[in-house]
Amino acid sequence: MNTEKNIKTLIVKKPLKLDCGKTIKDFPIAYETYGSLNSKKDNAILVFHALTGDQFVTGINPVTKKEGWWSYAVGPDKAIDTNKYFVICSNVIGGCMGSYGPSDKDPDQKVFGTNFPVITINDMVNAQYNLLDHFGIDKLFSITGGSMGGMQVLQFISNFPDKSKTVIPIATTSSHSAQNIAFNELGRQAITADSNWKDGNYTSNDTNPGKGLAVARMAAHITYLSKKGLQEKFGRKLQEREDLKFGFDADFQIESYLRYQGSVFVDRFDANSYLYITRAMDYFDLAKQFNGNLSEAFISTKAKFFIISFTSDWLYPTQENKDIVIALNSIGADVGFVEIESDKGHDSFLLDVPDFLSALKNFLDKSYEENKL
Amino acid sequence: MKNEFQVIADLIEKDKKVLDVGCADGTLMKFLKDNKNINIRGLEISKEKVQECIAKGLTVIEGNAEKDLKQFPDKSFDYVVLSQTLQAFLNPELVLDELLRVGKKAIVTVPNFGYWKVRFHLLFKGTMPITKTLPDEWYNTPNLHMCTIKDFFHFVKSKDIKIFKSLALNNLNKSIINESNLGVKNLFADLGIFLIEK
Repeated sequence: MNTEKNIKTLIVKKPLKLDCGKTIKDFPIAYETYGSLNSKKDNAILVFHALTGDQFVTGINPVTKKEGWWSYAVGPDKAIDTNKYFVICSNVIGGCMGSYGPSDKDPDQKVFGTNFPVITINDMVNAQYNLLDHFGIDKLFSITGGSMGGMQVLQFISNFPDKSKTVIPIATTSSHSAQNIAFNELGRQAITADSNWKDGNYTSNDTNPGKGLAVARMAAHITYLSKKGLQEKFGRKLQEREDLKFGFDADFQIESYLRYQGSVFVDRFDANSYLYITRAMDYFDLAKQFNGNLSEAFISTKAKFFIISFTSDWLYPTQENKDIVIALNSIGADVGFVEIESDKGHDSFLLDVPDFLSALKNFLDKSYEENKL
Repeated sequence: MKNEFQVIADLIEKDKKVLDVGCADGTLMKFLKDNKNINIRGLEISKEKVQECIAKGLTVIEGNAEKDLKQFPDKSFDYVVLSQTLQAFLNPELVLDELLRVGKKAIVTVPNFGYWKVRFHLLFKGTMPITKTLPDEWYNTPNLHMCTIKDFFHFVKSKDIKIFKSLALNNLNKSIINESNLGVKNLFADLGIFLIEK
């Protein structure tokens, strides 16, 4: 455990063969837990984080000193009630919050940079699976996550069909669309176009491609919001000025807001990790792993699925979530689905959206009660 | 619980797999799940009703029967239930075909426009009938294709659909409908309940 940063780490001794063909071993998985595991070990929920998330789901993140990314949903008496459930979340491999990633050093003590192997969603969940052994959990009560977290949920239950009783993919897709890939490529190009990126070797001379990473974050941030949400929050409001300045400073509040989002992101995220994780998302195509038949991915699981989408999410729209429902229905799987009304865009799953939080809570609590009978 | 639901429940054996199309707040589903150990799913178009079902611990899919039934494989449920909703679809014939494709059997209930109170209302008041089963005004009713028990009976026969059981319901009175008493039942029942198969 890295006590300096309050990061708990599991060193995975077992070799893991990655999709790219390389094998890694003795690598760290940084994780955090909330609540307590009961004696029957049947109350564990594995939460998967999204692109820029980390293991610090709720409460104050000890590294960034900010609220955890899913503080609205996870905590005592919240939708994922930590009085009742034992919540585990780990940083994905390729990430930059303590799990094995491009800012780690290779066996020759040289920082990996772009020499880190390209990882996939499949590699991420295979690595995280080791946490079950670590905690001695035979079967999870639930697995959940939004966006890239949802992709990991789908991949996890496909890889380990009898390891979770319930499965809750949120605002996600079973296959990254051309539009999704296009936005990720825009972000990667912004990073690699920054002269400080230096083919990924920037850490050795302590100058980060912060400008490129900030632009990547700004572009991505727009995709997380809806047009209506942006219009209502910012409209054409001006930033601390009476009138337009006929220049290229941030005249509009939305410009200032995006610049701020970009700048705070650079402080907490590694540019190479951004490249690796967006690549993993782009490579995600669960149906392709089963010769184009998505249903086959779930054929051997008896888990109970609950899929949630949001009306104003145009990044992972309702139809892509419904495609997963359709694939499950076509094999008679136990699946529920709800589309939540929200004008907060893709980010809805991270925000205070009461209909979403109550649906999540009701599904979990009722399933848990039923389970006990 | 509505008398109608009791009659529907009586038509379904224990331990079966059931799809409730237009399941509303899940009252019927809950009853079947708790009393008959039935593996039941609901399909419901209203977001509020879907939330109520989730709060009851029921498996429900938000969706529109006219579009979303096609995702279910042939004969993937023992029973498909459609309670007082057929008349509200744009294309009831298509929905009925889908119910019979997805379900080994279907249970369809229809509010009877031939009920004497409905006929009297139109005859003497000269305005669109409003009754307990048809509570809405003409301008806000969801019902697009009202029919009588007789209409439905003939329609089903004309499509070579097998009728296992047809029941007439008038408040608490349940009786069997057949070819010979069809005219009478069409006058005195306010709801028809049909167990059918194709």
